[in-house]
Amino acid sequence: MFATSLVQTLTFAIAAMICVTGALGVVALRNPVHNALSLVATLFGVAVLFIAQEAYFLAAIQVIVYAGAIVVLFLFVIMLLGVDRAESFAAERHPLGLAVGGILGGGVMVLAAVTLFAGVDTATGRRSTVGALAPSDDLNRIGRALFTEYAFAFELTSLLLTIAVLGAVLLSRRASGPPIDLDEFPAEEPDADAEEVEA
Amino acid sequence: MSALVWLIPALPLAGFVALVVGGRRLGDPWAGWLATAAVGGSFLVVLGVFADLVGRGAEARSIHQELFTWIPAGSFQASMGLLADPLSITMCLFVTGVGSLIHLYAIGYMHGDEKFSKFFTYLNLFIFSMLMLVLGDNLLLTFLGWEGVGACSYFLISFWHTDPANASAGKKAFVTNRVGDWGFMVATFLVWTSVGSIGYLDIANAAHHGEIAAVTATAIAVLFFVAATGKSAQLPLFVWLPDAMAGPTPVSALIHAATMVTSGVYLLVRLNPILHAAGWANDLIAWVGVATALVAATVAVTQNDIKKVLAYSTVSQLGYLFLAVGTGNYVAAIFHMVTHAFFKALLFLGSGSVILGMAHEQDMRRYGNLRKYMPITAGTFIIGWLAIAGVPPFSGFWSKDEILAGAYAHNKVMLALGLITALLTAFYMSRQVFMTFFGPERWREADAVATGDGDHADAHDSAHDSAHDDHAHHLTPDHTPSESPWVMTLPLVVLGALAIVGGALNLPFTDSTKVLEHWLEPVVGVHELGVEGATLVALAAIAVVLGLVGIGLAGAVYLARRIPASTVERPEFGWGLWIDRGYAAFMGGPGRALFDAISRFDKAVIDGAVDGVANAVGAAGAVLRRTQTGRVRNSAIGLATGAVAVLVYFVVRMSF
Amino acid sequence: MSPNAYVLLGAVLFGIGAAGLLIRRSPLVMFMCIELMLNAVNVTFVAFSKMLNDVGGQVVVFFVLVVAAAEVVVGLGIIVAVMRRRSGISADDLSLMKG
Repeated sequence: MFATSLVQTLTFAIAAMICVTGALGVVALRNPVHNALSLVATLFGVAVLFIAQEAYFLAAIQVIVYAGAIVVLFLFVIMLLGVDRAESFAAERHPLGLAVGGILGGGVMVLAAVTLFAGVDTATGRRSTVGALAPSDDLNRIGRALFTEYAFAFELTSLLLTIAVLGAVLLSRRASGPPIDLDEFPAEEPDADAEEVEA
Repeated sequence: MSALVWLIPALPLAGFVALVVGGRRLGDPWAGWLATAAVGGSFLVVLGVFADLVGRGAEARSIHQELFTWIPAGSFQASMGLLADPLSITMCLFVTGVGSLIHLYAIGYMHGDEKFSKFFTYLNLFIFSMLMLVLGDNLLLTFLGWEGVGACSYFLISFWHTDPANASAGKKAFVTNRVGDWGFMVATFLVWTSVGSIGYLDIANAAHHGEIAAVTATAIAVLFFVAATGKSAQLPLFVWLPDAMAGPTPVSALIHAATMVTSGVYLLVRLNPILHAAGWANDLIAWVGVATALVAATVAVTQNDIKKVLAYSTVSQLGYLFLAVGTGNYVAAIFHMVTHAFFKALLFLGSGSVILGMAHEQDMRRYGNLRKYMPITAGTFIIGWLAIAGVPPFSGFWSKDEILAGAYAHNKVMLALGLITALLTAFYMSRQVFMTFFGPERWREADAVATGDGDHADAHDSAHDSAHDDHAHHLTPDHTPSESPWVMTLPLVVLGALAIVGGALNLPFTDSTKVLEHWLEPVVGVHELGVEGATLVALAAIAVVLGLVGIGLAGAVYLARRIPASTVERPEFGWGLWIDRGYAAFMGGPGRALFDAISRFDKAVIDGAVDGVANAVGAAGAVLRRTQTGRVRNSAIGLATGAVAVLVYFVVRMSF
Repeated sequence: MSPNAYVLLGAVLFGIGAAGLLIRRSPLVMFMCIELMLNAVNVTFVAFSKMLNDVGGQVVVFFVLVVAAAEVVVGLGIIVAVMRRRSGISADDLSLMKG
């Protein structure tokens, strides 16, 4: 009993450390590729935590979808746009922004922790009616819940994904006309002209 | 069939929608056929419902169909419900029956017009509105139809709106009607406060139980009568109807003769339980009615435009209807309304046929001998003439006689005025027939019209007379009139037949021949005329003799030419027109100043307040928009701050 | 492990993500921060699901995953579209939607 508990504690501690380190890396590192790799670390840590909580199915899709697909997509975009260029915009961190972000982020952190701790038993005061987890396997349970209780929401997600795909195709398709410079929207057009003349 | 009552207005509405969507593509003439089919189908449904009602006992002859609650506002309820009872079905029968005939006719009349499909779109919308007016089970629904027919009337009068005269005629009709609509609205408010409902069944119930005080009932009746004077062109608001003749002739026949203008009468008959308690309001209605009948008839004598004569004649006949309503003789009012719909629609359509045959010339002084060229038009027009002149056994004789009998029982002066009107009616209608279908072919004489135009009462209206000039090909001396196509003559023949036999609806011989009276009894109650046997026959005889005198006089003047026309077409007869001119003078002078002042008040105070609010909101927005920098991170900061605030709230709530 | 540890970890991750979102100006990194925050929420959901022995929490995580995928696809599409027209962009430059 003690051994199991120790293993669990150790697992949690290591995974949590990986998560937090990765998260700090995402926020602090300058190179976008490093950011993305830090994100992968965090996601893996979360996946380990899922396994520790016996959410095996979620751990699997966490790795496949998040660490696999989404982060690869990030990296793909970073490479597509060029690492140098991507790096350049990581520069310039305003001290005021740093302060505001730190205060608000920290505030959220502390307050959320307090609220969640105190509210563990009284969050809503009501149990979900979907069904118990144990003793059968989680995949079975999730599948049953998805296709009975949440069937409508599940169908909606398919619609959402379709829309997202269509939107991505539309956004990244090369426009047939000449490219539009974002600096040149009508209200500021005279200024742009003046600069051109000076140049 | 009773479950299908909703189909009656739904079919014309469907036709309207279909024409709005695809009318232009259907074009000439298929748009017209579609519209005719919609109204014709509606007529068939009405026939079915009618047969259903006939099959029931007198007490059960009422179908109340509530489709849905239209306006649920606290204790105020307005349902979208239809009430099919003998009165509304009678109205529906002739609205859809005569309406589909006129639709058919219009296919021929409007042929070649560039706005052909639009015309039928409006016509179907009109029929729908009219059916809602008639079938609505509460005042608000009737008001919806009331406004709908008013709007359609406006659209159709100014249908050829490129001519300013037509456009202003439409405007005049609309504005004049608005005066009456005020009465309708205030009366509805009064009904709501005194009865607590605006459903006709509730109103009738309340009135039968004496829950409406006599003073309130009188006020309601007077206000509804104000509404009726607008819609049904009575003194002093009749001025718009003659100008309304600027619209295409099928419109004049459908809206301004057969259906819409009778809606005022329908409204008052529908509210007869209130009128029973309304005291002197009934006398007011009767007196205004008979005065209108007389005034309009005198004006009609001096008119030279073929449609203007019919327009004033319509005003005059509507006066008869109100005389009947005012004397409590509701059956006679409905009876004459139906027969009038037959023969006046016939006369208007006949005049349209003549106008088309005469290259859009409307001046009767350029007509003559047309019976040779247009035999069907002439034959049916003569039937209509005999009907309106009150010659037995044509339909107008029976219905008019019943109104006069009611007037006799009520007040002898009313009877005398009614009889004089009958004489004048016979005279001006004979004048029209003789000038149009008999005598020399005057359009072959050059400048027949130019002489003596100045002293005519309608001189100031000459702009309206030539309203169609852009549309018309001018009448030349070598013109040969020709008969109209079958789609136009078929309605004439059918209406001609109806104008002959329409009197059979309510023959006064025995109790069992009074079909219409017993049919309407569930709605209007039993009404004893108090005029029996010999008196009735004597009255009828007097009316017939006066009618024949009128015809004879007209024959002497216009056919035999024993008496010069100028001795009878006195300008003084046009005195009814002074009302029209009085309005114009008032609106041009003191009225204008008053309205300008109101307008200034509106601009400065009302608009000022409205603009002030708008400006304040705008200024606040100009300041607040600076918070919207468009930067994502600023929004994120806002979001995070909000999240912190919510969490602080949770923490605080948990701590205390 | 008690759920308390998981909840605390969730709060920490969420706070780091929120701070990163506010501090960084690169749209790409901002997106990654959003993913961090979503994951933080997922951790707590799974923890509560386990604690309450209720499958609902796991189902919600599933939906969060789907929505995150959709969001990343569209978001990266926007970034690519913008970057193709302008180089060296920071999120503060995209202020066309200002009032």
